[in-house]
Amino acid sequence: MRTEVRFAGFGGQGIIRSGLILSMATCIYSDKNAVQTQSYGPESRGGSCKSEVVIADEEIDFPKVDDPDIVMVMSQEAYYKYGVTAKKGGVVLVDPDMVTDRNDPREVKMFDVPATKIANEVGKTIVANVVMLGALTAITGIVTPEAVRKAILRNVPKGTEELNMTAFEKGYNYGTQLAGQRND
Amino acid sequence: MRSRAVLTGTHFLSGDLACAEGAIAAGCRFFGGYPITPATEIAERMSRRLVEVGGVYIQMEDEIGSLAAVIGASYTGKKAMTATSGPGFSLMQENIGLAVMTEAPLVIVNIMRGGPSTGQPTMPGQQDVMQAKWGSHGDYEIIALAPSSVQEMFDLTIDCFNLAESYRVPVMLLADEIIGHMSERVKIPAPEEITIVDRKKPKGPPNEYQPFKPDDDLVPPMGCFGEGYRFHATGLTHDEKGAPKTVSVEEQTKLVRRLCDKIRKNTHKIVRVQEVMLEDAEVAILAYGITSRAALSAVRKARKEGIKAGLLRLITIWPFPTELVAKMADHVTAIVVPEMNYGQIVREVERAAKTTPVSLLSKLGEEPHRPSEIITAMRKALQ
Repeated sequence: MRTEVRFAGFGGQGIIRSGLILSMATCIYSDKNAVQTQSYGPESRGGSCKSEVVIADEEIDFPKVDDPDIVMVMSQEAYYKYGVTAKKGGVVLVDPDMVTDRNDPREVKMFDVPATKIANEVGKTIVANVVMLGALTAITGIVTPEAVRKAILRNVPKGTEELNMTAFEKGYNYGTQLAGQRND
Repeated sequence: MRSRAVLTGTHFLSGDLACAEGAIAAGCRFFGGYPITPATEIAERMSRRLVEVGGVYIQMEDEIGSLAAVIGASYTGKKAMTATSGPGFSLMQENIGLAVMTEAPLVIVNIMRGGPSTGQPTMPGQQDVMQAKWGSHGDYEIIALAPSSVQEMFDLTIDCFNLAESYRVPVMLLADEIIGHMSERVKIPAPEEITIVDRKKPKGPPNEYQPFKPDDDLVPPMGCFGEGYRFHATGLTHDEKGAPKTVSVEEQTKLVRRLCDKIRKNTHKIVRVQEVMLEDAEVAILAYGITSRAALSAVRKARKEGIKAGLLRLITIWPFPTELVAKMADHVTAIVVPEMNYGQIVREVERAAKTTPVSLLSKLGEEPHRPSEIITAMRKALQ
């Protein structure tokens, strides 16, 4: 089976890092195949930014996302561009404080995760991506939380491990609650 | 003891980093370069790794100087490389000619981005494939390989060094931004499982050494500076002793032909392709680099839909596998060439395919071809 995940936001939010963590969790700390690709503008920080992960049991031929199963949106621009790109029945995670102008598609499962707000409560805005990753892990179940924890530790700078782990747990708990509230 | 040069094991790396690891594993101990998106990560990694293995990293003033430094390092006997992208590759063209003329074994990595000029620095392209072959003036041949995965960024970088050492020629790794910046699982083998080729050394005494006198394979053994050999290496047309021969028709003909023929006559040994489901194919896709990943997906999907599709993936772009393509063209009714440019390798395919119709599927900018677009092109080609 092939699962396609798209992360979108602006440069500096850790969009590319989120993709790296998820793909490392699935192909190094789990036994699936994963490929991560990225796209960003020359301004690097502040410009629109996208990271894509393809996860599969079989060998992955086409490494880009074609018809996403899961979309994570962390900015208004990303919402306009990718908020409606998830396939029918797919999952879309939105940070509601970053996206105010909305017109959610009906045929996908929308989840509002106030990741930036939670990250601020934890101590730093910069870990909002890890909060989102926690929620994504809980809601989609595409990878075990243990594998993601290991991948986070491999990807974050020394001295920030605790901050990132707290952010992940907060996001994971929030995601578990959200998923429990839905009946579909 | 665990080798510091070969990081044996399973890793999760980007294409750029895998390329740097392949270079170190191949024995590269000199990097001269100038950072440029999307190849900067190679320079970055080399700057750290070369120090660990006793090599030298120099950031030069520009790409002209970078390749000059690499030629010099090669002449001291080191395996040497540089890595760049579009605008930097353009600046290197003059010294590519010098490397060809002085037969300096070296590796040039070009992580292709969108051109012309500054173009789209962070976006992918396959727009330099013709420049790689024809960018410097005069008649010459080079070797160019096109990786389509992160694993191949490692493996083919080693092959680039081995080919450079075998044929005393600049060898290019032509990757694209997607492959360079893509992360995948990479297996780095044990050092003893990696084949390493070193340049032929001269056998006689240094004072009798003729630096450009070839063996039967048209490749001269290479004595290096610091090893007791003294000789003249020049960009001017020269004789077998290295002396300039600026007016001799005979020397010009002999040298230019040998520089080309040492590659042309060994094309069958150099060329590598991957053939997928071509045995009974009616329509063939010819692709390389990132485009071949979409093509592979398209072929698998098309087969399920009952289209007899096959793929010829070029691993070697230069020398171009004309004979292989011609043979394939005899057995199919149409060939589709998806490229992230406005039509480059398609010209070589048309030349080889003769009467078999060849159609270009061009794509420029951020996104590579989708498998569905290639399937549509195949259907159209079969009508």
